[in-house]
Amino acid sequence: MSRRARLALFGIAACGLAALLLWSITGLPKFGDYHGAYGKILDKAAPRERQTSNVVAAVVFDYRGFDTMGEELILFAAVMGVAMLLREPREEEAPVPEDPVRSDALRACGVSFAGATLVLGLWIVAHGYVTPGGGFQGGVILAAAFLLVWLAGSYRSYRRLTPVPIVELGEGTGAGGYVVIGLCALLIGDAFLQNLLPYGVAGKLSSGGSIPLLNWASGLEVTAAFVLLFNEFLSERAVLIDPTRRPS
Amino acid sequence: MSYLPFVLAAWIFLVGIFGIVRSRHFIHLVVSLSLTQSSTYVLLLSIGYVKHGGAPIFKDVPLGTKAVDPVVQALTLTDIVVSVTVAALLLAVAIEAKKHAKTMNPDELRPVRG
Amino acid sequence: MDVLVPLPVAIPLLSAAALTAFGFWCGRRLDDLVAIVATAATLAVSLLLVFRSSDHELVYWFGGWRPRNGFALGISFVVDPGTAAIATLVATLGLAALIFSWRYFDEVGTLFPVLMLVFVGAMCGFALAGDLFNLFVWFELMSVVAYALTGYGVQHAGPLEGAVNFAVTNSVGSFCILFGIGFLYARTGALNLDQIGAALAGRRADGLVIVAFTLLVGGFMTKAGAVPFHFWLSDAYAVAPVPVCILLAGVMSDLGLHAIGRIYWTVFSDTLSAGDIRPVVVGFGLVTAIVGGLMCFLQRDLKRMLAFATISNIGAVLVGIGLLTRSGLAGSIVFLNTNGLLRSAAFVAIGILVRRFKSGDELDLRGQGRRAPIAGVVFAAAGLALALLPPFGPFLANALVVDSADTLGYGWVPPLLALAAVLSAGTILRAAARIFGGLGEAKDPLFSHEPEESQAEPADSRRVSQLLLWIPAAALAVVGLGLAFIPELAGHALRDAGRLLDRSAHAREVLHGVAPPATPTPSYSPSATAYAYGAASTLGALAFAGFGLYRRRLPIVLRRAAARVADRPVAGLKALHSGVVGDYVAWLTAGVALLGGLVAVMVR
Repeated sequence: MSRRARLALFGIAACGLAALLLWSITGLPKFGDYHGAYGKILDKAAPRERQTSNVVAAVVFDYRGFDTMGEELILFAAVMGVAMLLREPREEEAPVPEDPVRSDALRACGVSFAGATLVLGLWIVAHGYVTPGGGFQGGVILAAAFLLVWLAGSYRSYRRLTPVPIVELGEGTGAGGYVVIGLCALLIGDAFLQNLLPYGVAGKLSSGGSIPLLNWASGLEVTAAFVLLFNEFLSERAVLIDPTRRPS
Repeated sequence: MSYLPFVLAAWIFLVGIFGIVRSRHFIHLVVSLSLTQSSTYVLLLSIGYVKHGGAPIFKDVPLGTKAVDPVVQALTLTDIVVSVTVAALLLAVAIEAKKHAKTMNPDELRPVRG
Repeated sequence: MDVLVPLPVAIPLLSAAALTAFGFWCGRRLDDLVAIVATAATLAVSLLLVFRSSDHELVYWFGGWRPRNGFALGISFVVDPGTAAIATLVATLGLAALIFSWRYFDEVGTLFPVLMLVFVGAMCGFALAGDLFNLFVWFELMSVVAYALTGYGVQHAGPLEGAVNFAVTNSVGSFCILFGIGFLYARTGALNLDQIGAALAGRRADGLVIVAFTLLVGGFMTKAGAVPFHFWLSDAYAVAPVPVCILLAGVMSDLGLHAIGRIYWTVFSDTLSAGDIRPVVVGFGLVTAIVGGLMCFLQRDLKRMLAFATISNIGAVLVGIGLLTRSGLAGSIVFLNTNGLLRSAAFVAIGILVRRFKSGDELDLRGQGRRAPIAGVVFAAAGLALALLPPFGPFLANALVVDSADTLGYGWVPPLLALAAVLSAGTILRAAARIFGGLGEAKDPLFSHEPEESQAEPADSRRVSQLLLWIPAAALAVVGLGLAFIPELAGHALRDAGRLLDRSAHAREVLHGVAPPATPTPSYSPSATAYAYGAASTLGALAFAGFGLYRRRLPIVLRRAAARVADRPVAGLKALHSGVVGDYVAWLTAGVALLGGLVAVMVR
């Protein structure tokens, strides 16, 4: 099909699809006028039943915690997939590129930023079920802290900091940990992923029953997944960029 | 105004697909795909919006305060993870395309025919 | 709640995670072994679930969140013999694929078994899910794994393109599904399938419901590979390694259709009437079956050939589901299971050829297959059974569909289904005769030429016991053929389908825990018409195979006339499968718009 024919086909199809979408939009409740039962029931029930002030976290890790297990595995599988795609054709170990960072001031700044980011990430993970945040959001920030080491410091120290077997251990433990917590409930005769721990008092870090455990498992998984992802892509960068070329 | 956010979601969706259809570069393709996916965030979040509702977090506000729907937010979180993972996979493929097929144009990469 | 229900998901996923965590420290063979044991355990659990759910559905609420006052707070799995059978099929194919790939993917260490395990777990979850968004999560998980596995050997242009087309097209399909989920959630404030169905029931469908239905069905048709959403499928299946193809072609495509059946009956059946939807879905199914069959005939690359045979089969299953009757649905359940096993057996046979002769091309392999007789027997047996030879599974399934079509006054459907079977199975038989019997001519310019360097099978430098290759092939073929001899298979399928069809009883069972009274298993024997169709399509397939082999010995007048009629459409059809992702997404958009337009016209 020529480009022109393709665009013509798409043009006609898109008009049809647009008409369909507009038609259905007229059947939606007006913006800001939503009265669905599910969210309302959970808004009322979750803080009382689960002692979690953040209802979104209660949905993510408890009422619909099983979705989150699948979601974690999506990230896990994608990272394993990227590793397979990139590792297999990479015949020899990539040459270590020259580090473009020359300034000590930049290094010092970067490393201290990395520390601060690390603390921020841990804080976001830890308070995920009390205030906005959680394992997924915090995990990304934690991984960014490692990336800062590369940006401001050197590729070598980044690689030394994140040896692949250890990162894979974290990745597997995070993803597997979630499933194991689910299975533990099964072992004591409850339903898969049913709450195991006392609920505590809402608003405290010790509240929420099993939610903190699941939250930390996903925090670990997300951190490791992203670090592994950076690892694979940075190794490619080392291959793609000619090591003899000096940064100007 | 009452339907505008939904129309916006439909618009982003169609524009994103348009970008995919006419893409001549892998990176452009991946970005277009992510753009298309962001239309679903707009849709889900605007469905759950309640006028004058706060975040569904009852830390410093009394229980029963008007709040937006928490479920769509959880769904959007999953959606975002999906978007990131697909983008990562496609970018990995794009790197291989650059290295081995020496082209970044999806139109030029057609060994399979018929 | 039955303690076994979460295990078909939990076992493979946990094993995958454990392999990743400790893979670096465990021995080289251990990872394959762990994967095989885990998949075998999944198989055993799923098989047990088939029997345990035979009297009533097993409804499982994750996190122990049972419905409160009939409102679902959590996520459920709903296990009936049909869904458990699909999980069993997934695990069976996964096991065969892992045995076949023993020492096949050593270059990538644990990554391959890890991804296969996640694939198995995701598909089991998709088969059992009773919640719309949970369905989407498993859908995405199996898609992500499948993209990566298809891209194995991505340094070649073939897998590169296959993976890109697969990932982009299916992602757009999944966005359609998400839009559909969003619309339904906005209307009903629920995500559980039966809950949504209860909220929609009894009211006349408006634009929102029609479009939500369209987007969901369009998205799942993309995964299934129905025309015109199918273009990615042949590109991807032709380049994926054989063990991956076993799972892709054997069950992943059918899962999309399974979802369509399940969603229609639990969500939409009391608001969109069957009479309105039936002609649309049956139409899409028939076009898919015929186009798949025609394209199948034009291939010489065996994997691509089977990919199009898969599309043709998908069309037939879609017709069965689209008839929207108990008998049609039962037929599609039988079809899905037996065809999946048989196609996978054929894929393993191809894998044996590729490993042995370093080629997967029908013409190049002419006569060579004599040295691999087991692959030949498996390949030919699969071809014959897919040609609706009585009394095997595809015949039985077709008989159920024929009955249903006849009672509905859709008498024109069975001949077209038989034609599709003739086209696709005839082509498989043609390839079998040429490769394993050395029949036919050595060259044929009609067939699509497969470019060099599109194969991504790993170089097979190590000696692997031949047993590990032919055991999966023979086992899959024997199970696929043997399924038909399970006593009252069709009767069980009918009873099973009947349980899904009663939406309100199903919803009462899921949301209120009220099990409907047990129904006796009806007994079923195929009608004489069905036997006639079976015999006709088997003979037709044999004749069509002969035509494919000796086409050029026909009288010149006939060939000229045929060329005048067929040349341009054939060239056009081939040109549509351009391998360019932009084209495919444009077709997908057109398909969704067309589907929605047709449903809207029928309903309003």
